[in-house]
Amino acid sequence: MEPRNLLPSSLLDEFPILKQTINGRPLVYLDNAATVQKPLCVLDAVDHYYRTDNANVHRGVHTLSQRATDSFEAAREQLRMHLNAAHTHEILWTRGTTEGVNLVAHGFRTLLQPGDALVISTLEHHSNLVPWQMLAQATGAELRFIPLLDDGSLDQDAYASLLDRRVKLVAFNHISNALGTVNPVRDMTAQAHAVGAAVFVDGAQAVPHSTVDVQELDVDFYAFSGHKMYGPTGMGVLYGKTEWLERLPPFMGGGEMIDQVRLEGSTYAGLPFKFEAGTPHIAGAIGLAEASRWMHRVGLERIARHEDELLRYATAKLQSVDGIRFYGTAAHKAAVISFNLDGAHPYDVGMLLDQMGIAVRTGQHCTQPIMDRYGIPGTVRASLAAYTTVEDLDALVDGVQKAARMLL
Amino acid sequence: MSPIEQDIVDEFDLFDDWMAKYDHLIALGKDLPQMDPAHKTEDNLIRGCQSKVWLYAECPNGLLHFTADSDAIITRGMVALLLRVVQNRPAEEVAREPFAFLNAIGLTSHLSPTRANGLASMVKQIKFYALAYAANT
Ligand SMILES: Cc1ncc(COP(=O)(O)O)c(C=O)c1O
Repeated sequence: MEPRNLLPSSLLDEFPILKQTINGRPLVYLDNAATVQKPLCVLDAVDHYYRTDNANVHRGVHTLSQRATDSFEAAREQLRMHLNAAHTHEILWTRGTTEGVNLVAHGFRTLLQPGDALVISTLEHHSNLVPWQMLAQATGAELRFIPLLDDGSLDQDAYASLLDRRVKLVAFNHISNALGTVNPVRDMTAQAHAVGAAVFVDGAQAVPHSTVDVQELDVDFYAFSGHKMYGPTGMGVLYGKTEWLERLPPFMGGGEMIDQVRLEGSTYAGLPFKFEAGTPHIAGAIGLAEASRWMHRVGLERIARHEDELLRYATAKLQSVDGIRFYGTAAHKAAVISFNLDGAHPYDVGMLLDQMGIAVRTGQHCTQPIMDRYGIPGTVRASLAAYTTVEDLDALVDGVQKAARMLL
Repeated sequence: MSPIEQDIVDEFDLFDDWMAKYDHLIALGKDLPQMDPAHKTEDNLIRGCQSKVWLYAECPNGLLHFTADSDAIITRGMVALLLRVVQNRPAEEVAREPFAFLNAIGLTSHLSPTRANGLASMVKQIKFYALAYAANT
């Protein structure tokens, strides 16, 4: 197969961090599912905010505070466009995916009772599992799990059979961080809606790699992390449909989220502020909006096609390594190659790759139930981003071949 | 540094690239004597490692005797190095062992507590056994 970089290599110039050596070799960064590197424009946006516009938002009448508030709210509008949400107030700032899940799971405590059920996929990151376990424990609701097929896709027949009128919420990811499986979100959502259940989607791995349109998907909630889509850490988004956000109680109390405060009790602010207690991560929002603009400048479709091409190239080339076994071989996959060398611990492979300057993730990827399902201690995971090149993947294949020779 | 540690350092000095060094670690890992399966218990499992590490010690006649295992071969190699240094030595001595050779052979970076390989946890567990036996004698 003819390898192609669909994105120009000049893209690399925007990521100074990638131009360093590790253990004496040029860094090959393939741990993008954990976090991606930030382009210069994002670094500049954050720096510029602190240098010229820093003030608290929504509070001051002074000019600086107005400027900070304007940029902050413009950032929200940018993210609304990114997701094609119907309303800007449906975009809530969070610390990341994890906080988004917890916000919704906490809110549902008031909506569930014993006899109700939650349907959760077994393909989840712990952050889209543990909060639902806590919710089930707190309310007495039943947890039902969508099983995995051998290829790493969700068993859709089993899913259909789990749905009935007792199910109040269904949660699953758009793209799996451990296996790369792309789930049929629209179809699964329609089925959940048919029994009256709300749908929560963990989009942490989808937003960096594809175009997400929440109205087209028709999901009720969609959460992701800024740091995985070229933005700063500590910043994320929870999208929620207006009617759901109005039904859910606030997650945290404090300043910014209130309307009237009396000692006996308070009334809450409207959306989105009801869910944003305290001074927000203003620089994070501004950096994330710039990351979104950067992705649009490069082209969301181009990024997706570039990564798909590289994924197919690397998967085919890795197949030549003796003893390699892939985890996650669903027809519809994105940006992640998870594998083991037969007879070698993933940790050993990762250690040797690190010696060669290649950064991959090894272990369970915060998805212990998936590893248990395959009966393995973990996998080696290489994950791609827009700046990944054919040369990076050639280095990976070379490195894995070397590791196989040393270990097997 | 003890003569045993000096031996290890000299041994590693022979290798001029990382691959040879890791080849050696892997070979040491393969040569580590098998641990009695009866001692590969949940209790003897060291937490905080991506790979599993079991460590067990006895102290007949005041001298420590360790056995260990890991499911990862490089980890086994590192355990083998540590055990060479502490095997059959008095517990009080091992409790104070600084493991200076790790720095000399360039493995100190693996000692950071945040490294998922758990070398730091292994060192801690070895000292824990040594302190416990030293207190008992
Ligand atoms: C699919 C998925 N969900 C959730 C998370 C958690 O994201 P964060 O730690 O940024 O909240 C991650 C990131 O590791 C992820 O890959």
